[in-house]
Amino acid sequence: MFKGLDRNDIRLMLAVTLVTLAAPLILNPFPADSPWAQFNAGYPDLMQRFVIYGIFAIGFNILFGLTGYLSFGHAAFLGVGSYAAVWMFKLLSMNVIPAVIAAMVIAGLFALAIGWISLRRTGIYFSILTLAFAQMSYNLAYSVLTPITNGETGLQISINDPRVLDRALGTAASDSVPYPDIFGFQMNDTASFELFGRVFQFSVGYYFAALLFLAAFYIALRLFRSPFGLMLRGVKTNQSRLEYTGINPRPYTLAAFVISGIYAGLAGGLLAAMDPLAGAERMQWTASGEVVLMTILGGVGTLLGPVLGAGFIKYFENILSKINDQILHQWFAFLPDSMQDFMVAIVSPFVGKGWHLTLGVLFMLVVIFLPGGLVEGFQRIGRLLARLFGRGPKAASDDDKGGA
Amino acid sequence: MDAIILQILNGLDKGSAYALIALGLTIIFGTLGVVNFAHGALFMLGAFVAVTVRRVLTLSFETIDPTRKDFLGNPLKVKTTYVEHWFGPDFGQWLIDWSVPIAVIAAIPVMALIGLAMERGLIRHFYKRSHADQILVTFGLAIVIQEIIKYFFGANPIPVPAPEMFRGSFDFGVLLGFPENAIIYPYWRLVYFGFAAVVIGGVFAFLQFTTFGMVVRAGMADRETVTILGIDIDRRFSIMFALAAIVAGIAGVMYAPINSPNYHMGMDYLVLSFVVVVVGGMGSLPGAVLAGFLLGILESIASMKALIDLIPGINQVIIYLVAIVILLIRPRGLMGRKGVMED
Repeated sequence: MFKGLDRNDIRLMLAVTLVTLAAPLILNPFPADSPWAQFNAGYPDLMQRFVIYGIFAIGFNILFGLTGYLSFGHAAFLGVGSYAAVWMFKLLSMNVIPAVIAAMVIAGLFALAIGWISLRRTGIYFSILTLAFAQMSYNLAYSVLTPITNGETGLQISINDPRVLDRALGTAASDSVPYPDIFGFQMNDTASFELFGRVFQFSVGYYFAALLFLAAFYIALRLFRSPFGLMLRGVKTNQSRLEYTGINPRPYTLAAFVISGIYAGLAGGLLAAMDPLAGAERMQWTASGEVVLMTILGGVGTLLGPVLGAGFIKYFENILSKINDQILHQWFAFLPDSMQDFMVAIVSPFVGKGWHLTLGVLFMLVVIFLPGGLVEGFQRIGRLLARLFGRGPKAASDDDKGGA
Repeated sequence: MDAIILQILNGLDKGSAYALIALGLTIIFGTLGVVNFAHGALFMLGAFVAVTVRRVLTLSFETIDPTRKDFLGNPLKVKTTYVEHWFGPDFGQWLIDWSVPIAVIAAIPVMALIGLAMERGLIRHFYKRSHADQILVTFGLAIVIQEIIKYFFGANPIPVPAPEMFRGSFDFGVLLGFPENAIIYPYWRLVYFGFAAVVIGGVFAFLQFTTFGMVVRAGMADRETVTILGIDIDRRFSIMFALAAIVAGIAGVMYAPINSPNYHMGMDYLVLSFVVVVVGGMGSLPGAVLAGFLLGILESIASMKALIDLIPGINQVIIYLVAIVILLIRPRGLMGRKGVMED
């Protein structure tokens, strides 16, 4: 399994595996009854989003990070994946496996069609083409395709769906709206343990998504180290030179586009598996912008970067948007009253409903000062620490040598 | 026939907005070589200048009129706006009524300052960085501006009425010999179209017939030579950025009565404006204007019932469809030049 990877890659893969599998433990550092408990990220709903958007961003990075083609329409594949998965739940079975497979296949075909056309152009023209396709899909999903997408309400499952396979096997529930499962284990089945005042939750849904995430990460790692990956980097460095050497880059870029479309479809399918509902807003261009933000924030062209970026954005989206003025007043309760009001007034635009402002500011700061994203930031800190403690540059953290 | 003319007219105001935003985008791209994703935010800021001016003009104080009583029998509180108090009821009312045109005048210095601050403070540092970086940082800036506006003005659209004189519609068809009520067109949209035509004409005349415009055009063609001739082209390009910001801003002010300003209108128009710029050809000013009106009118025609019955959903996708087709058969857009944005 590790053939052809060097020691650093193996270490990276093992570290990611460990962190992913132990996430419910690691992400719960604060006791449940402490005021800091709201900063815990170790509950299934959020952790699922970490890994799902991690998959989405890894896939986007295979296209953008390796080939330099900036797609502004990747959310379309996510949305198509969600729709495909929900349709599988409706028609075939509540088992998530056919749903996820269908999501990947349909999104892949969709990406093949869009990529085949869009990749005829480069640079901003490519971005506009992908954007145009995604906006078309979004607008159509809202209007004409309502029989397939259920328009604004979003596609949902209901008791009366056919679910051919479930009915044939006699496992179809008839009294309530069923929930996606994997061979009898429902996605929202959760085992909780209480230890040292902390509640650790292990849910089926998270581990299902996490295993797929690890597979996706592993495939991306192999892809980054493969001759195919090198070819894609060649496209980014200088496409015309590649053409002069007699290589047609189109098949390579198209393959990268389709692969990243499949990743997006997988992420969309998983979103539907965790919450069987698909809406058109997942395809809007702001959603495509979000995955760009994740990738840039984490570090373009690195393996770990997009995952970090996705985790970072989803964490702050969840945590910051929950903080309201009341909580802020508690935080600054140690200050005199006037100071307290002043601090709350300063901080409150950045939290709660205004967390997008924080995101925008952070994003600008990263683009201005840290073009390599969080990964570069960590590397700089690592080098600084290594220098401070008098160790050689070799000791610097370079657990991400995927950098372009 | 009358239906088609009506749709063309309907397309004109949207097309005017697209053309004005795309014109500014193209000026910035042609001079500074920067892809400005925050340009939609400038349009939105303009619309909120209109909101602010109206709010300032309608600021009022309460006085108690002891001679009259309200329905509970208490003395009646009367609200008087400051402008009415200062300038007399007639002129005060007139000022409030004409708040949108007044906002245009106010928007010019405001947008120029915002534009200069943006260019000097942020975008200047991104000339040498890749287009992707420019897109990303201005995208971040757009989010920040949008969220600040949302914080101060809330998430709901704020209606801004046009001056009394231009409210309502008139029967345009009668002028062309159609039966009555065949083509009804709101006055303000016609005003908007005329305004856009004047602004666009003004920008072109400024570039074509003034020494400043000539130098700027020379700088667009060959920046290096102009610099060698001893001209501080950077300063002129900064001024052009401010000009583009003003164009976007006043376009937003005048659009406020048509579409009540909300905080995300910038993003909505930005996407379409980029499509417009690319369809027109990156860096081509006439291309941007042409494509703006073309796409505005096409969008409007595609929303005719007969066409929707024929091809369901066509009104939702027409702009993107046209953009895709044009990019595939004319890769540089309608009027694009060779070598722009092709690195």
